[in-house]
Amino acid sequence: MSKGDHILEARGLKKSYRRGAGAFSEGTDGARLTAVDDVSFSVAPGETFAIVGESGCGKTTLARMLLRLIEPDAGEILFQGENLLAANGAELRALRRRMQMVFQDPFASLNPRMRAGEMVAEPLAIHEGGLSRARLRERAAEMLARVGLDASALDRYPHEFSGGQRQRIGIARALILRPRLVVADEPVSALDVSVGAQVLLLLQELQHEFGLTYVLISHSLPVVAQVATRIAVMRAGRFVEQGIAEQVLARPAHEYTRALLAAVPEVPLPT
Amino acid sequence: MTSLLEVRGLTVELPTPEGRIRPVNDVSLRIGAGEALGLVGESGSGKTMLALALMGLLPPGARVSGEARLETGGAPQNLTTLDERRWRAVRGREIAMVFQEPMTSLNPVMRVGAQIEEAIRAHGPKLDAETVRQRTFAALERAAVPEPALRAAQFPHQLSGGLRQRVMIAMALASGSSEPNQEMSGGPRLLIADEPTTALDVTVQKQILELLGRLRRELNLGLLFITHDLGVVAQVADRVAVMYAGRIVEEGPVRDVLARPRHPYTAGLLAASPRLTRAPLTPIPGSVPQLAALPPGCAFEPRCGMRRSDCTLAVPNLRAASPSHTARCVLIEGAA
Repeated sequence: MSKGDHILEARGLKKSYRRGAGAFSEGTDGARLTAVDDVSFSVAPGETFAIVGESGCGKTTLARMLLRLIEPDAGEILFQGENLLAANGAELRALRRRMQMVFQDPFASLNPRMRAGEMVAEPLAIHEGGLSRARLRERAAEMLARVGLDASALDRYPHEFSGGQRQRIGIARALILRPRLVVADEPVSALDVSVGAQVLLLLQELQHEFGLTYVLISHSLPVVAQVATRIAVMRAGRFVEQGIAEQVLARPAHEYTRALLAAVPEVPLPT
Repeated sequence: MTSLLEVRGLTVELPTPEGRIRPVNDVSLRIGAGEALGLVGESGSGKTMLALALMGLLPPGARVSGEARLETGGAPQNLTTLDERRWRAVRGREIAMVFQEPMTSLNPVMRVGAQIEEAIRAHGPKLDAETVRQRTFAALERAAVPEPALRAAQFPHQLSGGLRQRVMIAMALASGSSEPNQEMSGGPRLLIADEPTTALDVTVQKQILELLGRLRRELNLGLLFITHDLGVVAQVADRVAVMYAGRIVEEGPVRDVLARPRHPYTAGLLAASPRLTRAPLTPIPGSVPQLAALPPGCAFEPRCGMRRSDCTLAVPNLRAASPSHTARCVLIEGAA
């Protein structure tokens, strides 16, 4: 595949933290903890590239670096052919519009006194300053309808929604700017099984409708198996294996992937 | 199999601003000695409240009715009528519990060994220091904690999530053993495990599930294993009870229930569960009803693809799908 065929390319990404560099520690021994260690991959448009690993493997640090919410120590990120790490000011803002994130609990980091409508419209208000309040509200209502919530949601507060509805609002907020790339960090892991399936299907529908590319971060191989086109298995900051989803799942090449697969408590199929 | 716990018509009522709700509603179940019952449900199903009722740990204002007979050798006791003084002889000593997040149950500023010692002393105040220390190490060893002496001297934050859960299991099983040289004699007969592996990585989960299986066999321990994960249930349980909106809607041998679910809710959960092979997921539409606003009749009826007109008339009884398998659904022919 030539360079231009990729929406996202990451090369040699690295990030390490000083060990024990907390507010109460001396942290002068120079020991560093490597969170992401020389990770390279590329994602084609329309793909769902899944990064799977256990806690502490560095997958969330990596996800945040892809949106430059965390600055890598080394490496390169090309988004639609543009150098994300070199972008500044207006250039960076323009790039960020096209890449959004869906979080495990979208409300954990948001103002609990903000209504759902304002929450969904906020990115639009920031990036398109000229829009009237009425127009913002209208756009938020449209987006909420797309994720399966009616207009009555606009004026309600976070605590009035169930977990599944909150995730729908988080998705609406991520998509209102019509991004090209969505990084979804554990989007269903806080949800009940029946609701998690609803959200996974919704993400797939929206992918087709808006032509989205997903980078999906998850600890769950069964979740990843449902939606991924390609899978990277991450351990201790490195990709130990990456490949076509079906191959990684059916014929894992790395022993760690095999151990992960063997540890999954499989739900038996009804007869 | 001798009955260890026999619950009949257990109901828990809680006052809320919206009125009194029943997070546990007319629940009956039975656990034999050495048997593992999986209790499956989504959030709000009442599974944790049921566990708290069996531990005498309900929040203030809760009203309990029904019966929960515990038979651990002596005279059977009805847990729903124990006063706090008698609870102290049962809780920890005959029934023990481990929780989802061990960090919230462990004291962060106390070494883990001292916490286990405290639990042992609470039930054996006359034991000498050396005995308590030895039992603490023995408990850690039993829970397969490597280097027990080193771990005992550490604080909870110095341990991984998996090790913390092992410490909790060690503590749960240590507290009842009051006979000095007969390790197993006085320990709890029933272990309630509430989502004990939900916060853990799969590889660690596997180890904890194996540990619980081994302890169950070695100690002939009854296990009430609460989880939302049907895959985990398939692995740990002999029988499974599925809870929805406070009631048990299906109960039977784990293989039968998962292979041939007879309640549409159980079937829906199975169809919504992602597996390692890609297959179309079928979500259950809607969401779990609020306990303060349950529909008339079957609580699952508004979400059910197989509903009939009579589903809203009354809450269906548990009907027998086979001699060992029941489901609370009108679709099963022949009333129970």
